[in-house]
Amino acid sequence: MKIPLKYTFRSFKAKKLTTTITIIGVSLVVFVFAAVLMMAHGVEKTLVATGAPDNIKITRKAANGEISSIIDPETQNVIRTLPDIGKNPDGTQLISNEPVVVINITKADGGLSNVTVRGIGKVGMQIRPQVKIIEGRMFNFGLRELIAGEALHKRFPDAQVGSKVKLAGDYWSVVGIFSSNGSGFDSELWGDAIQLLGAFNRGNTCSSITLKLADINQYDNFKRAFDSDRRLQQFEHDSETQYYAKQSEFLATFIRILGIFITVIFSFGATIGAMITMYSAVANRTVEIGTLRSLGFKRRSILASFLTESLAISLIGGAVGLVLASFLQFFSISTMNFTSFSELAFSFALSPSIIIISLIFALLMGVLGGFLPSVRAARMNIVTALRAG
Amino acid sequence: MSEIIEVQNVSKSYWRDSLEISVLHNISLKVNEGEFLALMGPSGSGKTTLLNLIAGIDRPTKGKLIVAGTDIAALGESALAKWRAASVGFVFQFYNLIPVLTAFENVELPLLLTKLSKAERRKHVEDTLEIVGLGDRIHHYPKQLSGGQEQRVAIARAIVTDPVLLVADEPTGDLDRASAEEILTLMERLNKEFKKTIMMVTHDPHAAQRARIIRHLEKGDLTEGVEYENIKANI
Ligand SMILES: Nc1ncnc2c1ncn2[C@@H]1O[C@H](COP(=O)(O)OP(=O)(O)OP(=O)(O)O)[C@@H](O)[C@H]1O
Ligand SMILES: [Mg+2]
Repeated sequence: MKIPLKYTFRSFKAKKLTTTITIIGVSLVVFVFAAVLMMAHGVEKTLVATGAPDNIKITRKAANGEISSIIDPETQNVIRTLPDIGKNPDGTQLISNEPVVVINITKADGGLSNVTVRGIGKVGMQIRPQVKIIEGRMFNFGLRELIAGEALHKRFPDAQVGSKVKLAGDYWSVVGIFSSNGSGFDSELWGDAIQLLGAFNRGNTCSSITLKLADINQYDNFKRAFDSDRRLQQFEHDSETQYYAKQSEFLATFIRILGIFITVIFSFGATIGAMITMYSAVANRTVEIGTLRSLGFKRRSILASFLTESLAISLIGGAVGLVLASFLQFFSISTMNFTSFSELAFSFALSPSIIIISLIFALLMGVLGGFLPSVRAARMNIVTALRAG
Repeated sequence: MSEIIEVQNVSKSYWRDSLEISVLHNISLKVNEGEFLALMGPSGSGKTTLLNLIAGIDRPTKGKLIVAGTDIAALGESALAKWRAASVGFVFQFYNLIPVLTAFENVELPLLLTKLSKAERRKHVEDTLEIVGLGDRIHHYPKQLSGGQEQRVAIARAIVTDPVLLVADEPTGDLDRASAEEILTLMERLNKEFKKTIMMVTHDPHAAQRARIIRHLEKGDLTEGVEYENIKANI
């Protein structure tokens, strides 16, 4: 690169309007691109944060989500006999058998939406210390009461302290709001597991079991016992974190593929914009190109100079787009999670790899848009270029 | 005195669509080192074309060009660029300064192709701008300078690498009388004091008088007869 960078930068500063328009074009595409990746990452983060790494979650194999998983009472008893399960001082095991159902409730905009209702016992609360009541009170065991996750509380008029939710033909009162630091639980309703089983006539079959080991380092031991027990063949275990990470895969991948598909289409527009800008830069500076060549600058220096200019424009556009996108972190949205068939609220989340990928994406637009014009500049005949003045 | 330019039976044609336009016909010309030659002739006679061939920015259709000891028609693209950077300085009618660069930066451009350090480049640029009388304008942009000043920056850019040959295509063509005089005086000084061989295309007989030799180009042919009368004036 022999031609000085200040030539490149001052040249495009001298053409503010077209350069600005191009930068805006690139930044919008990068904004959308980054937003989509942030959305997918947000889903992952929210769901992964739902689990605790030292909780083990057991569901039926082939069940896509808890809602289609059934664990019968015999199996529940077998699981109780597995080694290394943590215990309270009073001897009760740290096992939470949880029924999960999905119900319809009315959204703020009037539509209906699916919401997960989880039944828990005292242990269920105990093994999830991140869950805190932030308004009202905890539900009473033995009563048809519910507590609502923070994200539901914001979105559903029925998820307020004092309102009633219809569950299996009966009205349950919402008595409190809980928070789990923006995790997937925040989009659920929780109530007494026994009341829930009764209301839905489920006997003692639960949907999933979450348990805490006495020592997570014993997980291998637990695993061996679980995997070698033929009665548990139809069931699988995962760390709670792992379980939710898998749950997020489908939705996150879906968002990414759809989003990238859309932004790639947008990016054609921005690339063509960059191309037009660069072609006009080349046309406007034809005499300068001829002059530089006559001074002894080589074709490849001209090529490098114009490519750099186009890359600089796209990189600035990319940076602007990312800055705009980073403000999205203050917003949270909700969408249907296909795996649990219910609403999931999450925030846009930025990560270093999203920043890098977005900038590479911007640079790609710069290279594609700038390449042909730069080649034209480099291939110009000196005499013809000088006569263009 | 040795010859610095040797044009041997050079022809140049351009093609417009499939039509061949013959611009220079079998031209031969020798110029001695240290010469100051003015090339005159009507518009369209091929003056710029001949100058471009000698400066190595265009290639002959036929013939041989030996300039500053190199057979430039035989050089490859990249070698020719290198040769230009080292051997010839170009002065244009419309100055052709890079508008976004200051006088200093414009003059520094050809030095970026050399191995000189930043400090050495700075010294060369400042000295050269001093020679052309613009020591006090080094950080001005072209649009902050008068035409005559711009042309002086362009001349500084052409000589900063100390090439043996300076070619100028109507260097005073866009200047008023007084500025033109200044430029011509500067060129004379570069020829005498700094021993630059200069080849200058001009329409202006008055400007041509400042050279030591005047040659005429008519419809692609160099007319016979060399006007030496200027020599008397300069001796
Ligand atoms: N790149 C080119 N393509 C086609 N024709 C050209 C090209 N360059 C020059 N010509 C033609 O060659 C002829 C000579 O051009 P040239 O520029 O050398 O003339 P000139 O003597 O410098 O004229 P002027 O005094 O007007 O500058 C003209 O007829 C011109 O149209
Ligand atoms: Mg001409």
